[in-house]
Amino acid sequence: MKKVQFQSRWLPYLLLLPQLAIVTIFFLWPAAEAVRSSFYLEDPFGFGSTFVGLDNFTDTVTSTDYGRVARFTAVFTFFVTFLSLGIALLLAVKADKVLRGASSYKTLLMWVYAVAPPVAGLIGVLLFDQHVGPIVDFFAMFGWKMQIGVDYFDTSFAMIVTSVWKQIPVNFIFFLSGLQGISKSVQEAASIDCRSGLRRFWTVTFPLLAPTGFFLLIINITYAFFDTFGIVDVIVKNEPGNNPVTLVYKVYLDGFRGNDLGGSSAQSVILMAMVFILTIIQFRLIERRVHYT
Amino acid sequence: MATITLDTVRKVYAGNVEAVKGVSIDIADGEFIVLVGPSGCGKSTLLRMVAGLEDITTGEVKIGDRMVNNVDPADRDIAMVFQNYALYPHMTVYNNLAYGLKNRGMAKDEIDRRVKEAARILEIGEYLDRKPRALSGGQRQRVAMGRAIVREPAAFLFDEPLSNLDAKLRVQMRVEIKRLQQSLGTTSVYVTHDQLEAMTLADRLVVLNGGNIEQIGAPIDVYDKPASTFVASFIGSPAMNLLNVKTNGSGLALEAGEGLSGANTMGRDSYIVGIRPEHLEVVDSPPSDDGIALEVNVDVLEPVGAESYVYASFPNGGQEIVIRVSSHAHHEPGEKMYLKAAAENVHFFDADTGRRVD
Amino acid sequence: MKKIQIWDHVILLAGVFFMVTPVVLTLMTSTHDAITVYKEGVQFLPGGKFLENYETVLFQAGGFTKEVDGFVMLKNSMILGFGFAIGKIIISMLAAYAIVYFRFPMASLCFWVIFATLLLPLEVRILPSYEIVQSLGMVNTYSGLIVPLIASATGTFFFRQFFMSVPEELLEAARIDGAGPWKFFKDILVPLSQTMIAAIFIIMFVYGWNQYLWPTLITTDESLFTLVRGIKQILQVWVGAQIPAFNEAMALAILAIVPPVLIVVVFQSWFVKGLVESDK
Repeated sequence: MKKVQFQSRWLPYLLLLPQLAIVTIFFLWPAAEAVRSSFYLEDPFGFGSTFVGLDNFTDTVTSTDYGRVARFTAVFTFFVTFLSLGIALLLAVKADKVLRGASSYKTLLMWVYAVAPPVAGLIGVLLFDQHVGPIVDFFAMFGWKMQIGVDYFDTSFAMIVTSVWKQIPVNFIFFLSGLQGISKSVQEAASIDCRSGLRRFWTVTFPLLAPTGFFLLIINITYAFFDTFGIVDVIVKNEPGNNPVTLVYKVYLDGFRGNDLGGSSAQSVILMAMVFILTIIQFRLIERRVHYT
Repeated sequence: MATITLDTVRKVYAGNVEAVKGVSIDIADGEFIVLVGPSGCGKSTLLRMVAGLEDITTGEVKIGDRMVNNVDPADRDIAMVFQNYALYPHMTVYNNLAYGLKNRGMAKDEIDRRVKEAARILEIGEYLDRKPRALSGGQRQRVAMGRAIVREPAAFLFDEPLSNLDAKLRVQMRVEIKRLQQSLGTTSVYVTHDQLEAMTLADRLVVLNGGNIEQIGAPIDVYDKPASTFVASFIGSPAMNLLNVKTNGSGLALEAGEGLSGANTMGRDSYIVGIRPEHLEVVDSPPSDDGIALEVNVDVLEPVGAESYVYASFPNGGQEIVIRVSSHAHHEPGEKMYLKAAAENVHFFDADTGRRVD
Repeated sequence: MKKIQIWDHVILLAGVFFMVTPVVLTLMTSTHDAITVYKEGVQFLPGGKFLENYETVLFQAGGFTKEVDGFVMLKNSMILGFGFAIGKIIISMLAAYAIVYFRFPMASLCFWVIFATLLLPLEVRILPSYEIVQSLGMVNTYSGLIVPLIASATGTFFFRQFFMSVPEELLEAARIDGAGPWKFFKDILVPLSQTMIAAIFIIMFVYGWNQYLWPTLITTDESLFTLVRGIKQILQVWVGAQIPAFNEAMALAILAIVPPVLIVVVFQSWFVKGLVESDK
């Protein structure tokens, strides 16, 4: 906070009013509502609800369906996070190094940031299409007959590829700005001390980039959990059936399609706890990142 | 124009940190007062309390006859020049100067007249349409001064205004500030940690240390008769040599051993003796007249052009001493040297409190 | 040294190929007729139906109810993008100004309440959020679409961060110059924040334009559909048809991609700065 500040009895509250009002009505209230209804069982015909304690949670966690979705979400998150981070890091390191065309590469590698996840999903639907998709044709040459929307593995594959594609630009931008933030003199000192470029990367550049990497790790986990909703929804074409879906998608399904208010709320609360943990870790990391620079 | 009166002004920050411990100063109309001291001595806090940018914990600040403790900075009739200039980066020089006047609802042509006049005095007329980032450090400094001048305030407050300039420009602007203040005759309070700046600018110096006033006085008086070892070592460059001495019968002896002769005139057991480097005279043989005589070995010779400084130590170790010599004097490291100082140039301080004893 | 550079370029070009090709194929496919695409698959070269296809999707009503055309969806996307970005900038600047420049009781409580929104992404509170908006009668309205999205803390943090970095002396100088809270905000802080406002505008516009889940819940009336919201309809009506109209579906996808991409590419340096700084 500033050392010198204005003093006014009502003005700061007036300035904060719009934000606080929206936060209260559209964030805190629904969240409290989610927590409350996670302890209740809604009558299917709308005749009130009964308090059932932790039943919704135990039902949710023990259901085989939930276990299956949770396992897929974990696998999905793992692949999306590490593939998009790895590819973005490789590209950023190269883009930081080349002298010619660096800015063109930069633009070409980052503009996909602006593509909406469901639109990315739609492009995925086209390219992985049974009849017209070139990717399907390509893999057919190796004897892999892809069936998106029918085969569990193939559908997961398409989802992961699309999600990675959509997420590379953000990681690329952060890695590149992290690399450009490393002081030239440190790089020069390293090139005098160490001859092998690869070794130099792992012993000097990579550790200096680690804070950015940790930070991105959290961002990517959050992305894979929540922001891929559009991709998942479009690729399963609104027909989840036996297709792979993520935990967030299940919250939506059970709440809006299944009308299982209590179960959906219990899942929401579990997700809230996860976000809470991720955010705490993220803030710890940001603090460290600040000290680092 | 106005007098400024500070009456036992205290500042206590949260956590009971006392930054200013009851300071009283009477500043005459048109006087140039410099608050000087090391960082953390409370000089900036004091200035900011006069400006109204810090609350006053206890005590009173008056500008003219008006008690201003609870008056908004804008209404205190003061102008301030900041260390980093604090120019509005998105406004032209003209608008930077005019902003304060506009906020007071002054007539357009009067604003224009004042801005042009200030620009003329400061020779920044040709930059009036530029933004601050297109100006050099010295020019920005002038704009910051201009912003103070156009207000025609009762007092100027300067918060280390020259510390962001390079050495040459600093000297130049120092002279300019002095000239400007003399011609405008506006009461000024100036904060700096640079003793040379303080000496050259001030009508009166206020030396601050740890939130207390160590000494108030005309620069030359402070130099001639420092009130404490703190002032003695802070004012003057290189700093005054301070030696711990014990009485030895009727004479004096260095705490660390021999090498000093002189008379115990004040009748105490121990002192701190202060002698400025420029008051030590190199002599051929141990002198025997009054005053103080020393015998030292040369360690390092440091020529600075107009003069040279000899860093020397006593034969059996202990304290180091600095002597100013002519730039053409020849001294070799390891060489033995006899020094003397006239009695009127020797300062005595209490060994415990550091206060001057006369 | 030279050889190493060549490999660098090969890797970068492979990356560019991976990133760019899908959208290029989408664009190419959108310039052919449906039969060609259905028979021959995704097209790698431009066809002759560019104007025809885009005219159809922009101005001929499609969808279930035949009430909405691409132009209306484009307009709705613009409203959502601009409304969201502008609303968010105003609200978060005001809030950040209060938090940074005022001393008042409960300042830190207010800060934490806003901060808490980071813990509550829309996805974890979908159902109750929908019910509340419904009970307020805001379903199928632009305000119901925009307002609940505005309040998350990201913008407020961004401006708080920036305001903290503004030199303190500027406020002091302004106070001595007689500027009160409103004048300081209007004359000094807002002009100083111009670049930051531009950066956050770009990010927020893209974020708003690309919203999917919330519009899916809140707008059931097709005349309020945005392009991104319309993807689901595209999937069912165009792609799900007997002979899937991939060409027109992809034309709509391109319409949904172009505006945000243009903004990001044209204002690249601001956008990158905003993105990297805001997440710090």
